[in-house]
Amino acid sequence: MDAPALEVENIGKKYQIGKLAPGFRTLREAITDAAKRPVKRTWSLLRGSAYGAAQLEEEIWALKEVSFKVGQGEVVGVIGRNGAGKSTLLRVLTRITEPTEGLARIRGRVGALLEVGTGLHHELTGRENIYLNGSILGMKRAEVNRKFDEMVDFAGIEQFLETPIKHYSDGMRVRLAFSVAAHLDPEILFVDEVLSVGDVAFQRKCVGKMGEVVGEGRTILFVSHNITAVRELCPRSILLDRGNLVFDGPTDETITRYLSDEVLSDGTQPDLRSGIWIIREYFRGVEQAGEGLVLDRGEPITCGVEIQTERVPDRAWLNLEVFSIGGVRLVDMRSDYDNVELDLKPGGTTMEVGIDELPLLPGTYSIRFRLLFDYGGQVRADAGREFPLLIRSTKEGEGKEQAFVYASHSWRRL
Amino acid sequence: MMYFLAWRDIKLKYKQTILGASWAILQPFLAMLLFTLIFNKLIGLSSEGIPYPLFSYSGLVIWLFFANSVMQASDSLVAQANTVKKVYFPRMVIPVAAVGCNAVDFFLAFLVLIGMMVYYGSSPGLAVLMVPLFLILALTTVLGVGLWLSALNVLFRDVRHVVPFMIQMWLFASPIAYSSSFMADKNPIWGYVYGMNPMAGVVDGFRWALLGTEMQQPQVIIISSLVAVALLVSGAYFFKRTERVFADVL
Repeated sequence: MDAPALEVENIGKKYQIGKLAPGFRTLREAITDAAKRPVKRTWSLLRGSAYGAAQLEEEIWALKEVSFKVGQGEVVGVIGRNGAGKSTLLRVLTRITEPTEGLARIRGRVGALLEVGTGLHHELTGRENIYLNGSILGMKRAEVNRKFDEMVDFAGIEQFLETPIKHYSDGMRVRLAFSVAAHLDPEILFVDEVLSVGDVAFQRKCVGKMGEVVGEGRTILFVSHNITAVRELCPRSILLDRGNLVFDGPTDETITRYLSDEVLSDGTQPDLRSGIWIIREYFRGVEQAGEGLVLDRGEPITCGVEIQTERVPDRAWLNLEVFSIGGVRLVDMRSDYDNVELDLKPGGTTMEVGIDELPLLPGTYSIRFRLLFDYGGQVRADAGREFPLLIRSTKEGEGKEQAFVYASHSWRRL
Repeated sequence: MMYFLAWRDIKLKYKQTILGASWAILQPFLAMLLFTLIFNKLIGLSSEGIPYPLFSYSGLVIWLFFANSVMQASDSLVAQANTVKKVYFPRMVIPVAAVGCNAVDFFLAFLVLIGMMVYYGSSPGLAVLMVPLFLILALTTVLGVGLWLSALNVLFRDVRHVVPFMIQMWLFASPIAYSSSFMADKNPIWGYVYGMNPMAGVVDGFRWALLGTEMQQPQVIIISSLVAVALLVSGAYFFKRTERVFADVL
């Protein structure tokens, strides 16, 4: 077997937060800090705290003991919530920043699509930017020459080649940048969130291009919030949570873990400043399976939510939302559209929604409550937990279609 | 890539200007006129028997290459923070490209210097073959100082406030408007101390090779060269040492 294209061993990246680390330091700060530190340390030791230096600076591990391997030609997705360490991982792997500990072995020429539009310059023309951006991303001039027409064609900017891109529309600029990046020819490609740009048609084109690249047998690490794209492109995925690698396996399983992880996590953090929040939810007419809910298709379900009110808002309403696994909101029930007053008073309030039938085909979905409220014209929201919801088929062979919605219907032969 | 970055900087420098690249010539030329008026006509500084305009222009050409390069290089990493944070490439490319961009300006201004030499009927001797050597010395100095300041500027933004002042002081400490000979006249030791400023060696040597000025203390060139090489080596080392944190600090 070939040696893996990418080997990551116990990588950790530490950032210091608090007043010392963020942004830049000035010389004066560096000097006064250096002078103060021994004093502070002695003082904290005197007060009996044995932690010494560690206590003086707050640290955060953006990545901790992450290890995995990616074989040659494998396409691996990386998913996780905001702040899970996805981008940090890519920055470490592309050598933009050094890991605090651990080791990454990379075999092959590396290309990275970290952020579309890096290095574009507004005063330069489209043609000039293609060459400049190409070279920043690591292409040789001959390589850009060879692919020039293809890039221009892909971006669809032929007639604006000699126009400074400051006169371009945002969409054109993004297309230009993606087009250059997409024609990189590396053995290992790191991709971060680039597919979330442009209009729908261009996005589809991008996913198509990515699929093409995948087909060419290159090694790809693909980071995205777009679960649909990850599932389409990557057979295998890893899941990051708060800097830790929590799961590594087939994409479908990882995605299920990702969604149920959301449930496992601390749940709703009561936002104390808001004065009102969701305490908990309950469901009737469903089976509990772990953290998920199982509902037979066509059966009624009752969803309840308990709300804690400290400060009565001017206005408040509830949403009950059902999402597809790819994050598409399929069902949205709103109390205000239904002219239902929550009539909140200080203390606890319980609201219930009865649903006769969810018009959904068998499959995996998720369901959650969202509480919206208005204090003096400022509308804010508190989202409840997102529960995985499995709609179970009641007939043999039902639910194999890639569709979500069930329409009540009847067939007739004429 | 270095080529593309330098090429971009040049393009941008003269975009939306009316006079375009002629600024590369106008800058030293106007300074030369000013210097001639003040230092030669009003104060009456000597210029070792060479027409003062030629004397000051030859110094200014190389000085402005130094000053502009250092200024641009020291700010280059911060100015391109976005690129540094998003893409990996050897970071040294950025300040070096900033120097490269100014090298083109220098070349244009140098052509004018040749024109002036023809005008004043100054014909160089064999020493002219040494000119490239002094240009390399100038480049060494520029890169050394540029690398130091660009890396320092990432860590301590104070640098960008210090640099313009530092450059101004440095101008007075270099034999641009005046001849360095008076230093050695007083005491040879002072001449050597003066040579610690690598730009002193660069400018003196450049004038000697091109215009045939008298070189009173050839040892000064050696001192200047040593300092310049030390600057470059330590600058490159410091840059390499700190570049790993650039993306985190920028």
